[in-house]
Amino acid sequence: MKRARSILLATAARYLMPLMLIFSVFLLLRGHNEIGGGFVGGLVAASALMLYGIALSPAALRNLLPLEPRLLVGLGLLAALTSALLPVLAGRPFLTGLWLKTPLPVIGKVGTPLLFDMGVYFVVIGVVLWILLSLAEEEAQ
Amino acid sequence: MLTRQLTWLIVTLAGGVLFAAPAALLRRRAERLAAPLLALLPLAAFVQLLAALPAVRAGETAQVRFDWAPALGLSLTFTLDGLGLVMGLLISGIGALVILYGGAYLHGHPALGRFYTLLLLFMTAMLGIALSGNALLLFIFWELTSITSFLLIGFEHERAGARAAAWQALLVTGGGGLALLAGFALLAVISGSFEMTVWAAQAAEIAVHPLAPAAFWLILAGAATKSAQFPFHFWLPNAMEAPTPVSAYLHSATMVKAGVFLLARLFPVLGGLPLWTPALTTLGLLTLLGAAFLALGQTDLKRLLAYTTVSALGMLVFLLGLGTPPALKAATLFLVTHALYKGALFLTAGSVDHGTGTRELPRLGGIGRAMPFTAAAGGLAALSMAGLPPLVGFLAKELVYETTLTTVAPLLLSALTLLANAATVVVAVWIGWQAFWGRPGDRSLHPHEGTPGLWGPPLLLALLGLALGLFPSLSGGWLIAPMTAAILGHSVNVKLALWHGLTPMLGLSALTLLLGIGLAALRRTLQPRLAAFWRALAPFGPANLYHRFVHGLLSLASWQTGLLQSGYLRIYVLVIVLTTVSLAGLTIILNDVPLTLSPWQPPRFYDFVLVGVILTAALLVTRSRSRVATIALLGSIGFSIAVLFLLYSAPDLAMVQFAIETLTVILFVLVLYKLPKFSRLSSAPTRLADFFFALTGGLLMTLLMLLVSRHTSDASVAAYYAANSLAQANGRNIVNVILVDFRGLDTLGEMTVLAIAAIGVFSLIRLGGKAGRKQRAVTKGERAK
Repeated sequence: MKRARSILLATAARYLMPLMLIFSVFLLLRGHNEIGGGFVGGLVAASALMLYGIALSPAALRNLLPLEPRLLVGLGLLAALTSALLPVLAGRPFLTGLWLKTPLPVIGKVGTPLLFDMGVYFVVIGVVLWILLSLAEEEAQ
Repeated sequence: MLTRQLTWLIVTLAGGVLFAAPAALLRRRAERLAAPLLALLPLAAFVQLLAALPAVRAGETAQVRFDWAPALGLSLTFTLDGLGLVMGLLISGIGALVILYGGAYLHGHPALGRFYTLLLLFMTAMLGIALSGNALLLFIFWELTSITSFLLIGFEHERAGARAAAWQALLVTGGGGLALLAGFALLAVISGSFEMTVWAAQAAEIAVHPLAPAAFWLILAGAATKSAQFPFHFWLPNAMEAPTPVSAYLHSATMVKAGVFLLARLFPVLGGLPLWTPALTTLGLLTLLGAAFLALGQTDLKRLLAYTTVSALGMLVFLLGLGTPPALKAATLFLVTHALYKGALFLTAGSVDHGTGTRELPRLGGIGRAMPFTAAAGGLAALSMAGLPPLVGFLAKELVYETTLTTVAPLLLSALTLLANAATVVVAVWIGWQAFWGRPGDRSLHPHEGTPGLWGPPLLLALLGLALGLFPSLSGGWLIAPMTAAILGHSVNVKLALWHGLTPMLGLSALTLLLGIGLAALRRTLQPRLAAFWRALAPFGPANLYHRFVHGLLSLASWQTGLLQSGYLRIYVLVIVLTTVSLAGLTIILNDVPLTLSPWQPPRFYDFVLVGVILTAALLVTRSRSRVATIALLGSIGFSIAVLFLLYSAPDLAMVQFAIETLTVILFVLVLYKLPKFSRLSSAPTRLADFFFALTGGLLMTLLMLLVSRHTSDASVAAYYAANSLAQANGRNIVNVILVDFRGLDTLGEMTVLAIAAIGVFSLIRLGGKAGRKQRAVTKGERAK
């Protein structure tokens, strides 16, 4: 079944997607102090990518992704686990937050909770894309 | 000094397993180099252990300890004593040889990398068992060996037989593992610690504690399943589905000894129980004799060896059960001896299989001329197995007879041991002599010698058995004495010699040999009859019981799945709502919660608008006759709730709600075409009932909200987070700080659940219908291109 694609939507998605991705990273980074965080950042990023996938095609989205969604899930879990284990190596209890003394420019204070939040971010993107892309590909054939 | 050596050993193993195990998966390019390179890791461990031997022999022990989860009593306590060290030497030494052998045996196998990885992981876990000083840590390594064993038995997972055998081994040893954990927990309840040194120090109090027998039986169940004692022995012969190097390493030389090792390790703790000797000797003798005669009915080389392994494990348990110093010396010597000759024989069986294409004993014969090195290895190992001087097997057998002759029932025990030993001699003659030099059974075989990788490792093991026999004072003083001393808790003098003079033990050895060789000559009549006998008995055997149990479990599972899983979403929703309403309602009524309304602010204009939208949409949804309208109405409810969140200053929640609503719309767009025609299925009375159920659900939620809002005055939790969020966690957004820091463990768990759910959804989408199968075929085709 071939559907006619909306040129308006496709063009808009091309420009919206990167903007929304940047916004999602912004949400992720500022999440510790302001409204945002890895979870909502991940949801926004996933919506951005899915918008692109629907407006163009699931295959186009796949080509765009550097990693398969399920690898993204694994990567996220790995990041969260690493952030939890790092303090153990430093002789502190599991999941203790460790922070760098000096804040980095733009990003601000950097510590293991940020890595953990990045893990959440990637898991959310991975899970949503994994499920939705599989559905979309089912649909496309 | 010794402590530093132990630390280095742990670092080597941890580093090795972190780098070498994944590296093994990438070996495609360097297949020839992979085996020798990867064998360096066990070799390094072996050398380090060897370097620690002089200090341990002098009576030193070392302990290294890192706290892991102190609240649970779990710490990474590693102990190095004689018992663990010699066990470690066997594990690492044989491990290095098996990796070399495996490279040759599985040469060109597409999954060779996976084989190396699993073998290295197993070896590390097994060394972990040998070195653990904390019972929980030991349990973790114990389970890791069960899992790697499962994966290795099922290595050729495309064969149903291999999968079934792997599953069986996992269920039996895993079940035993749970019993073991329960036993450890009881001991921890008694002693207040999971450290095994603490247990040993409190042995006297433990022995008289009323919970001690329960702990003993549970731990024995764990050890008996792992070490294939009757009636759990059946998994081990079935585990021969694994590639031969795995059988040699896991299922004869090391992993199956873990149970025996554990009993030896806990001898200082539980050896004082009055139950110890009767339980272990009975169990050991039953296994020893039963398996010995089960072995004689086998024709497949590997199954034959597997049953003699079970028999040997029975012997070890029996000797540990006797618990006297001579018995413990015999047990440790026999453990080392058995690992050497059985490892060699299994590897030989693999080489024979490789060189001739069969492992059926009746078809083999006279292949020694074509495979001289393999024949030499097999012959030497068989001599040790039969217990001929000057091999180490002879020393072990003499010690065993010396032990049985000094027990309370010398005649009975010696006679029973002699019978089992004679059966072992029979097997040794069959494998060591008849297969290689006997009358050829099948002339169509074309035996040929393999590469050095196939005969080098078994030959080395067999020669080691010879060396240990030729220098009895060395093997006694350097290996057996430290091991026995570690079990007994004080130093012992071990004097081994090939010649003691004309003793009763020598007479018994000679009698064993004569009986064994006599029976071995009768193979053609003996083997089929015994096989028929055991076949007739099989319906009453424990293996059949296991099958019935598994079958029953599966039927139960399918019955209850049919009962609970209707497959209709509306039924699930109904069950969830009704369960929640009845349970929560019951709790509210039983606790007689007073329902007093908290002071409330007068609603604002927006509240009326939003609640109005939500109520209208909710009512319209139930009357809607189009799917798109339904989705739109549900969406408007969701967005109104998000706005409510915003108005009541919960911007984080609102944002998530918005994002979720957006994604839900995308999801609906994707599945809209797939869904069946939108129609009304339920009759009017059902709808009326549904209306009331929904009403109770809504009422309950309202009630709960009112109850929760009564407690806002109790703000200590919120105050705590508000006070500590910035100070302790460097963040001003309390919601996010709770998610990633204060309650990070919950989030980690939720992420894992999310990932698992995604796997489930993916499987349903991809593997579900016919379309899914077609899709898979297409993607496979694309990949092939």
